[in-house]
Amino acid sequence: MTKTAPPKGGRKKPATARYFDAGAEQSADAKHVKLKRKTQQNFTGDFIKMQERYKLKQSHNEKRQPAKAENDNNKKKKHQLPQELLDKYSRGDAVEARGVKTRHFKAQQERKEVYHTYANEQAARTELLLQETAGQLEADEEETTASYRQSEIAANVDLQSASKHFELKLEHGPYSMRYTKNGRHLLLGGRRGHVAAFDWVTKKLHCEFNVMESIADVQWLHVPTMYAVAQKEWTYFYDKKGTELHCVKRLAQVNRLDFLPYHFLLAAANNAGYLSWLDVSMGQLVGNFNTNLGDIRLMRHNPANGVLCVGGGKGVVSMWSPKVREPLVKLLSHTTAMTALTVDPKGLHLVTAGLDRQVKVWDIRQLGAEPLAVYRLRLPANEVEVSQRGMLALSQGTYLESYTHVIGSGGGGTRYSHNLPYLRQRCDAFVHGMRFCPYEDVLGIATAKGFQSLLMPGAGEPNYDALEDNPYETSKQRREHEVHALLEKIPPELITLDPHEITAVDAPTLQEKVDAKRQLFQLKPPRINMQPRHKMKGRGGSAKMARNKQIVKDLQRKEFITELRKTKQSVIAAHKQQDEGAEGVNKKKPKAARSVLDRFKAKPVKKQQTKK
Amino acid sequence: MKVKMISRNPDNYVRETKLQQHKIPRNYDPALHPLEGAREYVRALNATKLDRVFAKPFVCNLSGHRDGVSCFGKHPKHLSTLATGAYDGEVRIWDLANRSSIRSFVAHDGFVRGIAYSRNGQRFFTVGDDKTIKVWNAQAPELGEEEEPVNTILSRHILQGISHNRKDNSFATCGEVCAIWDEQHNDPIKTLKWGVDTLHTISFNPVETNILACCASDRSIILYDQREAQPLRKVVLTMKSNKLAWNPMEAFNFTVANEDCNLYTFDTRKLQTPLKVHFDHVSAVTDVDYAPTGKEFVSSSYDKTVRIYHAHQSHSRDIYHTKRMQHVVCVAWSLDNRYIFSGSDEMNIRMWKANASEKLGVVRPRERANFNYQEALKEKYAAHPQIKRIARHRQVPRHVLNAQRKMRSVKDKELLKEANVRKHSKKGTVPFVSEKKKHVIRQDV
Repeated sequence: MTKTAPPKGGRKKPATARYFDAGAEQSADAKHVKLKRKTQQNFTGDFIKMQERYKLKQSHNEKRQPAKAENDNNKKKKHQLPQELLDKYSRGDAVEARGVKTRHFKAQQERKEVYHTYANEQAARTELLLQETAGQLEADEEETTASYRQSEIAANVDLQSASKHFELKLEHGPYSMRYTKNGRHLLLGGRRGHVAAFDWVTKKLHCEFNVMESIADVQWLHVPTMYAVAQKEWTYFYDKKGTELHCVKRLAQVNRLDFLPYHFLLAAANNAGYLSWLDVSMGQLVGNFNTNLGDIRLMRHNPANGVLCVGGGKGVVSMWSPKVREPLVKLLSHTTAMTALTVDPKGLHLVTAGLDRQVKVWDIRQLGAEPLAVYRLRLPANEVEVSQRGMLALSQGTYLESYTHVIGSGGGGTRYSHNLPYLRQRCDAFVHGMRFCPYEDVLGIATAKGFQSLLMPGAGEPNYDALEDNPYETSKQRREHEVHALLEKIPPELITLDPHEITAVDAPTLQEKVDAKRQLFQLKPPRINMQPRHKMKGRGGSAKMARNKQIVKDLQRKEFITELRKTKQSVIAAHKQQDEGAEGVNKKKPKAARSVLDRFKAKPVKKQQTKK
Repeated sequence: MKVKMISRNPDNYVRETKLQQHKIPRNYDPALHPLEGAREYVRALNATKLDRVFAKPFVCNLSGHRDGVSCFGKHPKHLSTLATGAYDGEVRIWDLANRSSIRSFVAHDGFVRGIAYSRNGQRFFTVGDDKTIKVWNAQAPELGEEEEPVNTILSRHILQGISHNRKDNSFATCGEVCAIWDEQHNDPIKTLKWGVDTLHTISFNPVETNILACCASDRSIILYDQREAQPLRKVVLTMKSNKLAWNPMEAFNFTVANEDCNLYTFDTRKLQTPLKVHFDHVSAVTDVDYAPTGKEFVSSSYDKTVRIYHAHQSHSRDIYHTKRMQHVVCVAWSLDNRYIFSGSDEMNIRMWKANASEKLGVVRPRERANFNYQEALKEKYAAHPQIKRIARHRQVPRHVLNAQRKMRSVKDKELLKEANVRKHSKKGTVPFVSEKKKHVIRQDV
């Protein structure tokens, strides 16, 4: 606020003005205070300000004003958001008020929907505030993006981005690697015992050491100060400085590690076919069982619902939840053994690769259908990976390609033809692991001879949400975030195929209904435990008591049986009617020709009337 | 080649000095917030648990009376002032902000039956068992001066209660008759009577101020209209009603506290059946008072508990009790909708929070936003069994629990009996009577 200059000395000082003297002349330095409306004065909550057009539907007794409506329409067109943008933020279709039973709840539902559409639109409008735009790569005329090399791209981008392209030559290879969830830190684990954790953006090394054992996999935990390493025998936890925190002997002979950040579960798959989920906040195994799949080499979790996807040697992908000992889903994806599998970060697509040299993209919500896309390669892909914006990268031995527009419209740049990759790269050694860095246009590759960071313009999500993952977080923010995350730790029971199951209406499924009906036919009369009243001397007697008891029992049993018979008959009748109805669709009965004299026929006698 | 990569300038994402707030860029894209439903559910569960953890409703105890507290008078203008009357005729004025008694005097011989402040809050009226109405100045007398009533009116009839008109300078008393008085005159303007029974409580309608409601000892509730010579109508319940309170926002509804452990909310236009029967008390309900929002009311009972009800729900939302609180005789809801006062037999007045887990004191905007968010979550997931169980659970005193069990078994027995009778009688001779209709005997016009 700017201060106004005080009145000059020569002028007469005005009388002190009160803020409620509305008519009085205001002096220059008297601040005008806007009084709240009477209804708002004691209100402490937040007002949801709604614009005119969000108001509820006109009630039936109000007259519609067509002229005004037209005017509103013009206004609407000006501010309307594109439908795709609204769809992106939408939480699904509105509930139809038509099926709601009473008028009260109908009105309530309609009111709710108004708020929901408003919230949806407000969320979509925040898109305007996003600071960054996604990366892009466009080829010049008569060139394709696939022909560009990494060095060329690095030469054409700014210095900060160019520094993200680097190569580490390491000798304890083949390596496995992981980025943290916020994309700031990198963890490398070499088969011959080398572990290195560093901030790859600033290239600051946190720790580097050799565990003097073979390493199968590495995995960050919920914070970038702790990580797990699957070693020859057991799994070890280390902190940022390389101090050993734990040795988890229950996770033995582990091949693959994964971490579910919202459930705080470290998932491990071992070479005997066991899947284990370790709650890292309590140190408890919440699930540990044999999948009977043999040596598990491929395992990824679905970020959208926390289900583990395990690829087997028989070309079958199975999905597992810690509290269900059976696979939730089994999918025969390839007729040969699988070589790689991954789930896209949105959790909508599953990408599998097999020895049959095919890469298939599946819709996770419709696994029964055909794959969305099938690609045939010259060599089987040994690694596949999908970026946040849907760019697909696949490696075939030492050769590496990336594709856009495979999953949704993801990726960046322009599309030339279906077969041409977006970018390609030949590495000097076999590719053993690769990951897209979250929130960056970078693909990290762990090879037999070290690590490479490749530039992939358009791969990462440009705008992060600081309350979820913050690449720039300070240690205090990290601690705060950890506490909040622990408070909202999702119990492992909620890992289901449909992540929205908890918010859905708990209606019995068709299967449950069928089961309930079937059970009706196997129901037995309940055992009645009746205690006769104690009667005074002379009136009771054990014989009388027993007889009374038997009478009551018989009566209740009879009642139950008649009830049951009635319901059974009604079920059967309903079925018969359905069958007849189904047949009736095929061959309709010819209607008898109506004659004028029909009205004199006796009316059919109703059953109810006869009862009375 | 045209190429662009994500390259964030740290200046836009990192604060410059430690005095600044951290920069928190948000992106509301649902893809970046996975497992929305499950996380919300856990948050709702935590919010419900915290709600129970912080449920500490008792604020303070106001002691000073030398006999049981009989009635309350709420000051219409000052939130921190409360007048209370006791069985020994003493009236005390309390400064609630300082939790102290600022004035006390003996107003009547015998019980103080009712206290009512005038419309502007400058005077207050007390009625007692000595058949007098006394008018007092709300201002305490100067130091050294005696406590003297401004005016003393001798009534011809016994007085049992008093209620002041919200809109003009008249007040009404009840006892043998219902009398309407003007503040300036020593004789009633009008007396209204229906039958010979004693009226033990009276209440002016806060909106349509010509309407009055009384509870009589012949188990009836009587509605009067000031403008007419005759009473309007009367409804007789199975048992006596102890107190009556009008809903201040929906002023056509009122609630009565009944001897039979229930409260009944009536619509004035349809007295034949109550709108709602409010259960849960295990002994006679002694007093009832509405929140100024009209959405909730509080009731006190002879079972030593105070219960809070939603106006349209039949079971209580909360129960307040302490080990030392005896039979609660009177109860009041403060006019800022935040506190509840209860006066009980053992001479104490207790102050409670209206919302048990509410945080007292300054609430900062971010905290307020968080509370609002938690409220919304609790409402959204209220139907989940785990959350419902935690939100509903209350620890009740042993005697209440025992009485509840007993009442339950009595009710079960009656139901069973009725079912048996129905089974062995001719069809249609034993009708199904709803719980609402059971308690109303008749309506006279």
